[in-house]
Amino acid sequence: MEHVELFFKSVFVDNMVFAYFLGMCSYLAVSKKVSTAVGLGAAVIFVLTVTVPLNWLLDQYILQEGALSWLGAEFADYDLSFLSFILFIATIATMVQLVEIVVERFSPSLYNSLGIFLPLIAVNCAILGGSLFMQSREIESFGLALNYGFSSGIGWFLAILAIAAIREKIRYSNVPAPLRGLGITFIITGLMAIGFMSFGGMLTGGDDAAEGNEGGTAQVETVSEKTSKELAQNETQEVSEITPQ
Amino acid sequence: MGLLSKKDSKLILDPLADNNPITIQVLGICSALAITAQLKPSIVMAISVIFVLGVGNVVISLLRNVIPSKIRIIVQLIVVATLVIIVDQVLKAFAYELSKELSVFIGLIITNCIIMGRFEAFALGNGPWKSFLDGVGNALGYGIILIIVGFFRELLGSGTLFGIKVLGDSVEKTGLYAIGYENNGFMVLPPMALIVVGIIIWVQRSRNKALIEEN
Repeated sequence: MEHVELFFKSVFVDNMVFAYFLGMCSYLAVSKKVSTAVGLGAAVIFVLTVTVPLNWLLDQYILQEGALSWLGAEFADYDLSFLSFILFIATIATMVQLVEIVVERFSPSLYNSLGIFLPLIAVNCAILGGSLFMQSREIESFGLALNYGFSSGIGWFLAILAIAAIREKIRYSNVPAPLRGLGITFIITGLMAIGFMSFGGMLTGGDDAAEGNEGGTAQVETVSEKTSKELAQNETQEVSEITPQ
Repeated sequence: MGLLSKKDSKLILDPLADNNPITIQVLGICSALAITAQLKPSIVMAISVIFVLGVGNVVISLLRNVIPSKIRIIVQLIVVATLVIIVDQVLKAFAYELSKELSVFIGLIITNCIIMGRFEAFALGNGPWKSFLDGVGNALGYGIILIIVGFFRELLGSGTLFGIKVLGDSVEKTGLYAIGYENNGFMVLPPMALIVVGIIIWVQRSRNKALIEEN
């Protein structure tokens, strides 16, 4: 239950792009074609799934206050958390480089499709953001950290896929000249974000009410999921109404 | 600008408008949007980025002949991460509430594309003084957009600036509220940041036709 809740929360409610604007640079730059967007999205899912659990281990056993106690009692009150930025980004940069080498060695075809995106990913805010949110939300177990990395990646993938599809279509429509390209993409993303906000109702009370009556919350969840789906549909209709003008 | 030669002042002034990092180069949007619901965090963020980019550009420019090009991304990330840790610790020490509010977004300056972009495009090929000016100029261009967005979102969203009620009191119905004005709570929510930036881009490109993109 915990896992399912975290999964839906990270994909829809706390979507990396629409709720926190993470990874916007590559989201805007690489979303002109669906095929490249899929490549980058897959690479982001992969790297997030690898780095978030890895950084979770680092956080638990090296960085947190008292985390070094496994070394001996005299290390028990060290607090190295101010080093987390540098350690996290080093892990990410190294992992990206490693992944690149491994993929190149074992699957040249995958390398050809993902290869150019991998260096870009080291500086994608979504990746570092994943690790930092993992730290600040104090995710409890390795399994949950793995789940969080994977589902945030999925959320990012969905977002870039959707915007790439819309941008491919919007090429045929008559956008006011000053809004062409970047401007209209911003506004569409804003509209999509409003649509995604309706998912917020999906897990209302999940944190407070989950203890005690799980059955009750599950029912509420399904109901609010339905309404938010309807809302989202209305939103997409609105977007598609805007598009063909 | 008596102190600077024409070329140097161009380095600072260009990114403020016609070569703005956010609206033209499309860099550094990640952190720009999330923290602009109010004016104060926007200004703190702008100052932090000015510091990190100014100093970072100088460091990278001094090191540019010793960094092996294969591992330059990792070196750059380490330099930025160090500077960001300094900013983070300073904020935690002197403005704890604010640093809580900015939460992970100070850390995300590391992956702010403006910083890596300027390192790659400018600092690796130019001397320290020029790199410093370029860094400060681009960070200022970034800061200006942040402050504009923060200004409108706080003013229209909660009727305040820096937390001061400039439009009157919404509960007691004084000032503008007396004649029926209402706050637009929607401005405070994340999606409006995107739409406000979209509108800024629209205004800028209508004024300067040369910036219009092909469809």
